[in-house]
Amino acid sequence: MFGRSLYAVFAVVALTATATACGGGQDTYDSVVDKAKNDKKLVIGVKADQPGLGLRTPDGGFSGFDIEVAKYVAKSLGVEAKDITFKETVSANREAFLQQGQVDMVVATYSITDARKQKVSFAGPYFVAGQDLLVRADDTALTGPDTLNGKKLCSVAGSTPAQKVKESYAKQVQLQEERTYSACVDRVLGGQLDAITTDNVILAGYAAQHTGKLKLVGKPFSTEKYGIGLKKDDSAGRKAVNEALTTMFADGSWKKALESSFGGAGFTVPEAPKLEQY
Amino acid sequence: MDALLLEWDTVVAAFWMTVRLTAVSALGSLVLGTLLTAMRVAPLATLRRTAGVYVAVARNTPLTLVLLFTGLGVGANLGVELSSDIATNNFWLACIGLTAYTSAFVCEALRAGINTVPVGQAEAARSLGLGFLQTLGLITLPQAFRAVIAPLGGILIALTKNTTIALVVGVSEASVRMREMIETYGDQVMQIFLGFAAGFVLLCLPMGLLFGWLSRRLAVAR
Amino acid sequence: MIGGPVSYANLYETPGPRGARRNRVLAGVIALVLLGLAYVTYVRFDAKEQWAAGKWTPLLRPEVWTTFILPGLAGTLAAAVAGVVLAGLFGLVFATARLSDHRWIRWPASAVVEFFRAVPLLLLIFFAFFGSYVFTGANISAFTAVVFGLTFYNGSVIAEIIRAGVLSLPRGQAEAAHAIGLRKGQVMRLVLLPQAFRAMMPAVISQFVVLLKDSALGLIVGYDELVDRGLNGIAANFSNVIPAAILIAAIFIGINLSLDRLAHWLSRPSGDRPRGRAAWPRTYRATTPPSSPP
Repeated sequence: MFGRSLYAVFAVVALTATATACGGGQDTYDSVVDKAKNDKKLVIGVKADQPGLGLRTPDGGFSGFDIEVAKYVAKSLGVEAKDITFKETVSANREAFLQQGQVDMVVATYSITDARKQKVSFAGPYFVAGQDLLVRADDTALTGPDTLNGKKLCSVAGSTPAQKVKESYAKQVQLQEERTYSACVDRVLGGQLDAITTDNVILAGYAAQHTGKLKLVGKPFSTEKYGIGLKKDDSAGRKAVNEALTTMFADGSWKKALESSFGGAGFTVPEAPKLEQY
Repeated sequence: MDALLLEWDTVVAAFWMTVRLTAVSALGSLVLGTLLTAMRVAPLATLRRTAGVYVAVARNTPLTLVLLFTGLGVGANLGVELSSDIATNNFWLACIGLTAYTSAFVCEALRAGINTVPVGQAEAARSLGLGFLQTLGLITLPQAFRAVIAPLGGILIALTKNTTIALVVGVSEASVRMREMIETYGDQVMQIFLGFAAGFVLLCLPMGLLFGWLSRRLAVAR
Repeated sequence: MIGGPVSYANLYETPGPRGARRNRVLAGVIALVLLGLAYVTYVRFDAKEQWAAGKWTPLLRPEVWTTFILPGLAGTLAAAVAGVVLAGLFGLVFATARLSDHRWIRWPASAVVEFFRAVPLLLLIFFAFFGSYVFTGANISAFTAVVFGLTFYNGSVIAEIIRAGVLSLPRGQAEAAHAIGLRKGQVMRLVLLPQAFRAMMPAVISQFVVLLKDSALGLIVGYDELVDRGLNGIAANFSNVIPAAILIAAIFIGINLSLDRLAHWLSRPSGDRPRGRAAWPRTYRATTPPSSPP
């Protein structure tokens, strides 16, 4: 009965696979404040591959400035660091994760934009970043986006910053798209490309990893307001998170988190940003 | 169909890139694949082993990684620069990666083709005084090729589809454009997908038919 | 390397003393050229500090394995297993449908199979991942998107492999089955498919190797598999893209070669298997293993 048993095996495994794939329903709650109060647990979406901001470290944990902010906010909502589950998000799935309740909060270099406000709510900003350039430490010719003509610039696929440089600053720049910033860094260190562009804090993380070999140009030419993403229309959550951020700015922990995350990167801690009220 | 019509030039350019990648890599894979096959049946053990290891490595590595090695390994670290223009350089690097990967499959197919050639053919050739290269080039390989037309067609179709992975080395072909268009025209996902899919069906279906016809026409009657 | 070692020694004369000497010299020259290439690669990579100990030693740390490589491997295998099962099921159903006597079943099934054979996997994954919201009102996970793509893409190839397997069976099998009073479904299920499966097992397994490799495309939508979690995760910490990529490639090659072994083992001639025809004329191997496209 080879045929029949084979069908049976296929059917059983297929059903199991489907059940597993569809399983795992999410609790529903009105505000992240309620969730924190009742469960004493939070799932926070962060980046996992950006040194200095959100990086999965070999010990299985996460480190970086975003992580510090997330921990501080969670604590003031009544959730201890050990009760936070950090979940990796990528740029493409941050809105989806919030909408589906796969994460309660997103702290992942998440720029506040009008398009995104249609889908999620933002608290913050907790940091104002700006687009900048990362170049080799011995490179003195590259001093800003308008010096990039004839140079080779690296960016990560699907990001708009590089396009902006070409359109507004240096028409003759050549663009290379990579999958990851690590690959960009490899190419710039190898001398094949000249610069990497994206938000200055992201670049600062790599500058800190490669002290003495890479440097930040330090002339940001845009403003990106990093917000904390919450479920749409969670105004109680926004208010609570904004209060937490206000204390974080005031009591010095914000400055300390920045210094510990980007130490040695030639990165000067800016003024704390103004929270957006809307 | 608005999105596809509005961006018609982009779509055409994307598929033109796909066609160019496919054509160059197909030619490269055919040449390198034949060379590898010759090496695998050669009298020298060194050649046989080199080709064997190459094929085992190339066909068992995900194409994503093969292309990463060509982009970052060959391009950035070996310092091979095929053009000072990044886009042209990436195009050639993508062709190198696709060729390196696909030729392993061409080699496997051709070797299977050699297996179908009766042993007597080579024995007869040798008794006429032909050497290894002559036996292989004049007698065995031509028959082997005719036996594996259909599998080679399958490999060509797979190569056409695989060119979409060239986005790993930063080549803007169909998959990159489709993704960008889905992000811009979120409400027309189905039309965009079907449009791009139709492009590939238009490329691949005639190839399948052509190779099916060729394999019947050129089959060695035994 | 399905089928194991086959000797092609009759393509050339056994060399005499002079020929053997010439071959040895030639082998030496080739070995030197290969070593030269390896040396150039080594030096150039060395100049870019790719062999620096700091880039390689992290790969030996156990926590690097438990945090990046093993979870990545689990993701790859999970997608591959789900893909294999669903693609197998898809292949089975559509192969049967394409072999149906009824035109209204056969034609739509053919259209579906031909369509998915022509559409690149990456397009399928993008469509599922970015398009799901429009159709279902919910975003699907990266895992579902990857498995969706793997299922339809590889399922259509497997459908063709199975169909070819059934068609290659001697006519007498179906005729005999009908003669003893089996119904159409039973003939297919009890007689034809099991035999076709055995004959086509190596090809099906090669396709599973393809599927396993293809699961690496999950990185495009951020699925936690070996390339995304393993390679990118490690590289973000230690900026060692090349060393990490070499390690991840080695893992893939190891798994795939084992699968190849399995295919070889399964394709050994078994006593009870009906042989299509006598192995005449004499060829390098009695049967040619069906090869599957990359």
